Amino acid sequence: MDTQQLHILAIGRNAEIMTVMQRLLNTPENWKGLAVTTDEAALAAFDKEAFDIVLLCAGVTPDEEVALTSHFRQHSPGIIVKRHFGGGSGLLKNEILYALEHR
Amino acid sequence: MANTILHKADTRGHADHGWLDSHHTFSFANYYNPERMQFGALRVLNDDVVAGGRGFDSHPHDNMEIISIPLEGALEHKDNLGNTVVTEAGEIQVMSTGTGVFHSEYNAYPDKTARFLQIWLFPNQLNVTPRYDQAKINIADRKNTLQQLISPDKNGEGTWLYQDAWFHMGRFDKGFSTAYTAKKQGNGVYFFVISGSFTVNGQELNARDGYGITDPGQLNITALTENAELLVIDIPLFS
Repeated sequence: MDTQQLHILAIGRNAEIMTVMQRLLNTPENWKGLAVTTDEAALAAFDKEAFDIVLLCAGVTPDEEVALTSHFRQHSPGIIVKRHFGGGSGLLKNEILYALEHR
Repeated sequence: MANTILHKADTRGHADHGWLDSHHTFSFANYYNPERMQFGALRVLNDDVVAGGRGFDSHPHDNMEIISIPLEGALEHKDNLGNTVVTEAGEIQVMSTGTGVFHSEYNAYPDKTARFLQIWLFPNQLNVTPRYDQAKINIADRKNTLQQLISPDKNGEGTWLYQDAWFHMGRFDKGFSTAYTAKKQGNGVYFFVISGSFTVNGQELNARDGYGITDPGQLNITALTENAELLVIDIPLFS
């Protein structure tokens, strides 16, 4: 994994919002992001690439959150898995900086 | 742990984009202060000034309760739920963004400044069906009283949202005093001075200062100036 870059995986069910997330996650020079709408796509990406942070976005249910969090942490101890709130740029940078400081 | 937190106006984050001048009580966008992340479920309190004819292009939100309170001028709101409405000072706008909504907010006038408070709360339910609501508030009715703007009650005064939160505003004569008690056990209370000066339990507050109390009993409020205006946010401390 490129230690200079932060690799972020975002999972949400709203396709239009995830299109925006895909752009937002790849805007900062030191971020590399992938935004997907299905758990299958997320798990396939997770198998191929090492992520530092997983963001669970709108539409992911609490049961799905538990299952996804368990899977990611089992296979990648130390990974940050957290809910993303707001759906856009307002809180995104803050959420990530705070999560990194408090991991 | 201290049971109060004071956010003086001049310690807020600030972003000047030309068309938008915004002060952030809590961390937002490029303003990051890990000591200023939220007050319970209150996550964003932005004090925005939008130039005439300008505004926020269409952008998404989800899983947040977003409240706009115009203080001066008017905002034109459009969203993908089919709403196109103008919200003026004296009205209040609430969006429950849930599974996702796109909206734009523009200053409704080409030649007048619009000033408004943009407030985001963490919701008490995830993934709700998005909704938009606005309510007309009679500003005269907040003279020397705390007028309810928002509650969790769909049939309550003002409008409602998906959180056990209550919003009140009051405009007080100099020397007028009143008391406030949190509506729900476990809630904290956050005061934001819109104009003038107050004391809250002896703490002096001036325009745009914020003051949070995490173990509120009876809160005693006194206006120190004429027509002093205060916003009171009664909010769960844990979200």
